[in-house]
Amino acid sequence: MSKQELIQLIEDGIEVKEFPQFKAGDTITVTYKIKEGNKERLQKFQGVVLQRAGSGPTATFTVRKISGNVGVERIFPIASPFIEEIVVNKVGVVRRARIFYFRNLRGKKARIREKRR
Amino acid sequence: MSGIIGKKIGMTSVYDENGKNIPCTVIEAGPCVVSQVRTIEKDGYSAIQLAYGDKKEKHTTKAMKGHFAAAKSTPKKVVAEFTRFRDKRAHGEIVTVEVFSEGEFVDVVGTSKGKGFQGVVKRYNFRGVNDATHGQHNRLRAPGSLGASSYPSRVFKGMRMAGRTGGNRVKMINLKVIKIIPEKNLLVVKGAVPGPNNSYVIVERWN
Repeated sequence: MSKQELIQLIEDGIEVKEFPQFKAGDTITVTYKIKEGNKERLQKFQGVVLQRAGSGPTATFTVRKISGNVGVERIFPIASPFIEEIVVNKVGVVRRARIFYFRNLRGKKARIREKRR
Repeated sequence: MSGIIGKKIGMTSVYDENGKNIPCTVIEAGPCVVSQVRTIEKDGYSAIQLAYGDKKEKHTTKAMKGHFAAAKSTPKKVVAEFTRFRDKRAHGEIVTVEVFSEGEFVDVVGTSKGKGFQGVVKRYNFRGVNDATHGQHNRLRAPGSLGASSYPSRVFKGMRMAGRTGGNRVKMINLKVIKIIPEKNLLVVKGAVPGPNNSYVIVERWN
């Protein structure tokens, strides 16, 4: 049995929910559960996807938003049980798979052309 | 003590019951054969010798062939001794990953990745020279002073300097066993394990 298959065996136990397709440059809203003491509530995080990294159930994606003039990035594992829902708000047109240049853009420059439907 | 020899397969991550992401290492642990039993009467100490990993017969010396034939086993690549093994094991017996159970804590011994000739910043976590001013130029990662001058007029032994880094025997202690799959001889421990993938590791538990 190959190495890959053995690791697969472990990862098979991880459940990945069905989410809509999205890629770098898209604007998405991630609804996720947060625990405060014993209470559980939902919180939304809306921003631009900077990258999708990894593969299989251990893949992650990075979302960036500007909150009160400060850039905030969150990395979500795709299989995280805390993610309730992902909604794609805008499908952006970008030329690369990882748009780290987007971090250096502010104001009017930090706009991504939307795909015509 | 319980122990076994294995091979590092690679890393992945799983989720615990609280939804926390746990980084973990997959180890193919065993099956190992007891290739020798050391006794106090004969050897002066008590231990069992485990062997793991198939080896081609043509690469095995006649002496080793005889050693493994005595245990009714095919030639193996890695051999290690374990003292104070908890259960009595007979010569030629097979030791599987089931010597461990989920939730307990084990130590993993391996040979760390070789990093070649490295400076003191990487090798000993020196901080380097964080100044761009005060006359500093071109020496961001320098080790600094090696000692005083006319007394002692020499550099003390053991002074930490640049050199070959990594490739040492390293033991990671108290790694939690996340999962065991006995059919595939798999052992999943929390956290990282020394060495590159496909390197041999020794897993042991001291209690």
